[in-house]
Amino acid sequence: MRYGVRTAEGGLAYTIEESVQRAREIDGNVWVVKAQIHSGGRGKAGGIKVCRTHDEVRAAAEELLGKILVTRQTGAVGKVCTRVYVEAGTHIAREMYLCFLIDRSSERIVMIGSGQGGMEIEELAHTNPQAIKKIFIEPAVGLQDFQAREMAFALGVEAAQLPHAVKTIRGCYRALRDLDASMVEINPLVVTGSGELIALDAKMSFDENALFRRHEVAELRDKTQADPREVAASDHGLSYIGLNGDIGCMINGAGLAMATMDMIKLAGGEPANFLDVGGGASAERTEKAFRLVLADKGVKAMLVNIFAGINRCDWIAQGVVQAVRNIDMKIPLVVRLSGTNVEEGQRIIAESGLPIITAGTLAEAAEKVVQARNGAVAEECKGI
Amino acid sequence: MAILIDESTRIIVQGFTGKIGTFHAQDMINYGSNIVGGVTPGKGGQQHLGRPVFNTVKEAVQQVGANASIVFVPPAFAADSIMEAADAGIKYCVAITDGIPTQDMMTVKNFLRRFPIEERMVLTGPNCAGTISPGRAMLGIMPGHIYMAGDVGVVGRSGTLGYEAADQMRTLGIGISTSVGIGGDPIIGSSHRDILERFQEDPETKVVVMIGEIGGPQEVEAGIFSRDHMSKPLVAYIAGLTAPEGRRMGHAGAIISAAGESAAEKVAILKELGVTISPTPSAIGETVAKVLAKM
Repeated sequence: MRYGVRTAEGGLAYTIEESVQRAREIDGNVWVVKAQIHSGGRGKAGGIKVCRTHDEVRAAAEELLGKILVTRQTGAVGKVCTRVYVEAGTHIAREMYLCFLIDRSSERIVMIGSGQGGMEIEELAHTNPQAIKKIFIEPAVGLQDFQAREMAFALGVEAAQLPHAVKTIRGCYRALRDLDASMVEINPLVVTGSGELIALDAKMSFDENALFRRHEVAELRDKTQADPREVAASDHGLSYIGLNGDIGCMINGAGLAMATMDMIKLAGGEPANFLDVGGGASAERTEKAFRLVLADKGVKAMLVNIFAGINRCDWIAQGVVQAVRNIDMKIPLVVRLSGTNVEEGQRIIAESGLPIITAGTLAEAAEKVVQARNGAVAEECKGI
Repeated sequence: MAILIDESTRIIVQGFTGKIGTFHAQDMINYGSNIVGGVTPGKGGQQHLGRPVFNTVKEAVQQVGANASIVFVPPAFAADSIMEAADAGIKYCVAITDGIPTQDMMTVKNFLRRFPIEERMVLTGPNCAGTISPGRAMLGIMPGHIYMAGDVGVVGRSGTLGYEAADQMRTLGIGISTSVGIGGDPIIGSSHRDILERFQEDPETKVVVMIGEIGGPQEVEAGIFSRDHMSKPLVAYIAGLTAPEGRRMGHAGAIISAAGESAAEKVAILKELGVTISPTPSAIGETVAKVLAKM
């Protein structure tokens, strides 16, 4: 009910017993048990269960808790459901769609709504774009009542519900602003049998750059929902993206990282991850980064691609040599250094006596790491 | 002539006396940039790196005639610093800071729009490597020595990928008029298109290279501009052909969230608009060389 947005009565539960207790606390004879995972598309994946008895609530919780849900947004790995939300079943008379987001083109907040809720808005945008209403909001002035009314009428809200609809729309806008969200989506926003307006389901995305001033949002983060490798990296102040291949990558800068992944793919390989060491990488930071990349046991070969600006190739080279010695690396490593102090960096690698493969250009680095990976996989096969 | 900066640009550093500000200010001085002072509130009147420190940007503009600034202020306070520069009459500001909240940048852009266009400060960044007119001035954190002076304009979101392109071009003997990093955030000061407009008008720039990435509509907008308003050839590379949808790829703005935002879609649209595409990141230099050879 925060921000004046009414939701169905309900509560969070971490265990089966707790789920049943939540259902007992709510009057009525229909309950909905919803899997709490950081992903959309739950309904189709069986993550939302309508129950008519407390025993059915128990069975639903038993089925969902601890289960891996695969939706069209989670990828094949899916997400573990560690909590469920139990709420009162709602008699739905009509479903609507309402969303606020930061529009990159206009650099304003845009409010999007449709009287035809419940279905995929992307689908609706294709099949019937006239059914979608868009209203741009001037950030310095904020959402005005006339805009909220315009949206409410576009949603097909009846006159009797108008004040509450305006309050709900304003509330969503305030939530986006006050919590530094990049998106607030209510889908569906429903009119109940008794004519009430209720947000039956909502999804919010938050600006990670603003978490430093939104502690209540930061605390909501369910770390079990994130890739554990990404969590470990962010704990060390490094940026890590987990992917599905078997070539580990340590790179500086996101743009160069994306370009390097493109080159690996063109050379016939698949990146397992990419770790951005950022600027000013010391030998210690480099070693930490190595450990994170190699923590992924599926990594068969590793590529280091550094174009040093703020970084210095000699520091990176020292870090690489130190990491390879300390970790006792068993998989092939390709290193490409360029930029500030490159000669010194290359000398350190060469004089280390370690079996490090070096490359001069981006293309050469990608080809060599894919070759090394193929060699390592062939060896493995021989071993079996 | 180059664009945005040259040897006559009078630069101040915001966040001058901090560790990062000091390091890069020294680097820019060594490169030959005309750093006339810096701003650190509360340290006005001191000298730092042989230059005066001011309490406010206004004082720096009044006393040493500053007309450009570079921002190294931490994310929580950076938007404020950018607006202070605009208010003081700075003409060009580079915001290096990474991690500024998106809604703060929305406020900054809104603030800038209040000025009539001829008085409005030009902003590039945040979350960028800065701007360099090789041999003339560097307003950024890039390794200056990899940039050779010449007649190719470069605009890109990424810092290190920009270095990669500059290095490939130098290896082939191709020089750069100005290289501009516009930054990897969702809301940024200047778009690819804004910078293309400047390169089109710059008599010293013959060819322009755009280094884009997944996410957002900017590269396509730039392509449309090039088709309709540019006489100079445009070469482009789009990073992230292998990026999965809906994942933020390092840069806050590098996320495919709508149709037309993936690298493959952008490449297809740009080709149709007549832009020459570098098929891989390691072919940027040779693609530019081919275009130059045809001129």
